[in-house]
Amino acid sequence: MKKENVIQVENLTKMFGDFTAVKNISFEVGRGEVFGFLGANGAGKTTAMKMLIGISKPTHGKATVAGYDVLTHAEKVKRNIGYMSQRFSLYNDLTIKENIVFFGGIYGLSSSTIKEKSQTLINELGLHDKANSLVGSLPLGWKQKVAFSVALLHNPKIIFLDEPTGGVDPITRRQFWEMIYREASKGVTIFVTTHYMDEAEYCDRVSIMVAGKIEALDTPKNLKGQFQVDSMNKVFLKLARNIE
Amino acid sequence: MSIILNNISKSYDKVKALDDISFEVKPGELFGLIGPDGAGKTTLFRILTTLLIQDEGSASVAGYDVLKHYKDIRNHVGYMPGRFSLYQDLTVEENLNFFATIFGTTIAENYELIKDIYVQIEPFKNRRAGKLSGGMKQKLALCCALIHKPKVLFLDEPTTGVDPVSRKEFWEMLKRLQQKDITILVSTPYMDEAELCDRIALISDGKILEINTPEAIRTLFPKKIYKVRTSQIYQLIMDLRSYPETHSAYPFGEYLHFTPKTASFVAEDLEKYLIQREHRDIEVMETVATIEDTFMDLSRANELVNR
Repeated sequence: MKKENVIQVENLTKMFGDFTAVKNISFEVGRGEVFGFLGANGAGKTTAMKMLIGISKPTHGKATVAGYDVLTHAEKVKRNIGYMSQRFSLYNDLTIKENIVFFGGIYGLSSSTIKEKSQTLINELGLHDKANSLVGSLPLGWKQKVAFSVALLHNPKIIFLDEPTGGVDPITRRQFWEMIYREASKGVTIFVTTHYMDEAEYCDRVSIMVAGKIEALDTPKNLKGQFQVDSMNKVFLKLARNIE
Repeated sequence: MSIILNNISKSYDKVKALDDISFEVKPGELFGLIGPDGAGKTTLFRILTTLLIQDEGSASVAGYDVLKHYKDIRNHVGYMPGRFSLYQDLTVEENLNFFATIFGTTIAENYELIKDIYVQIEPFKNRRAGKLSGGMKQKLALCCALIHKPKVLFLDEPTTGVDPVSRKEFWEMLKRLQQKDITILVSTPYMDEAELCDRIALISDGKILEINTPEAIRTLFPKKIYKVRTSQIYQLIMDLRSYPETHSAYPFGEYLHFTPKTASFVAEDLEKYLIQREHRDIEVMETVATIEDTFMDLSRANELVNR
């Protein structure tokens, strides 16, 4: 059975004046795949991701996300994806419940759906006694788990996660990854950036960007074989060092 | 001792940020404060750099009491806070000059100390600090924290959000600084960086879980630990959760780390169970605990005690 691709990228390029932030990148991501999008700071990851979620226009090339072209159907793309980042996820001065209602409303869910979904979400996360607490009062790890669930409220086909676990404690970081696996097993595609190289090992496939280009893309196992090292950390160090 | 903390506690409203913290850092030591966001690391740094007053306990840095001799401390320590706090609209060189002048010195006087790091950003010395890349900002901030030749250097999460290559370079810089007789207290949420410290304190919810060398901390892990892998990772997590012999099971890179409840556990039993659950490509191997394993075990135990 051929895998259905939910992200299809061909020669995607983004230039800012003379500077080429993303150079001709091409790749596909399949349904239910956990795809790790790695690279050093400034390698072009965020720029590439912004094009994929429909908030930045490519200079050249083409990308289709959830079946829609990011250039011509950016609004459709946004409706069919979820997004969370370390910097912005939820409103700190709203409660957990209020955040759910707010984001559910933005995605155009009916109030009965929102009610039902918020019950499920709070149950699954075991947050009954916290549902009416301000998000700002939660530990970072909890915030990130709630943010992940909120980004899934509208049943997106793909969820984009931009360094979702930075600074999160080791146990919660792993619980977060269990949530990722759970969604992937349901067929949701996960597109994730991280600086934790052990998390790179959790991905089905990993791409590594260096200076705007994708310099490596394969399963963690094959990448380790290709570079003859025993960890993704070493793959990363080898690639990024060699280019410099 | 370069840094001494005796029973330091600090609360914000009802939240106890630091709960009875005591430890010592020896002169010339590279000491790591390891713990997640919200553990109390920044509060501890702010007390030691005299920016915040503790509720209870006493502390001294470079021989000076943080309350009585706070001015002396400020002259003898360098502090690099977690958030970039240089002047964005001054150039690289202007920032460095500014900090040198404040401390009554010049760039030339202590150039030897920062040379290694400064040469990497010198080509951009006329660029405004706000326009630097993350890695360069970090190097400039370190230069500014060092320009008055401090006895003790405080670095609060210098590598958070930094990619593995830049992190590695940063730690190489710290090792070189240590050779120049500077005591370094550094915090990080990355457990792999703990291995690079002389000694570490594991901190969680305002409490110290353990203090020792990285090696001793690893050997503290009280149980046998196995790495387990099959072709279906998510199913494996679920099946291990419902396996009666499971004490803990956490993803660790390409494997799961599994610890059994009883000492009589044999790997074959788990293999049989996984075959029965229709797993393929099953691997079960005994392995050694990492600092992260120990941290998780200790913080779990700590949580149980608190309940």
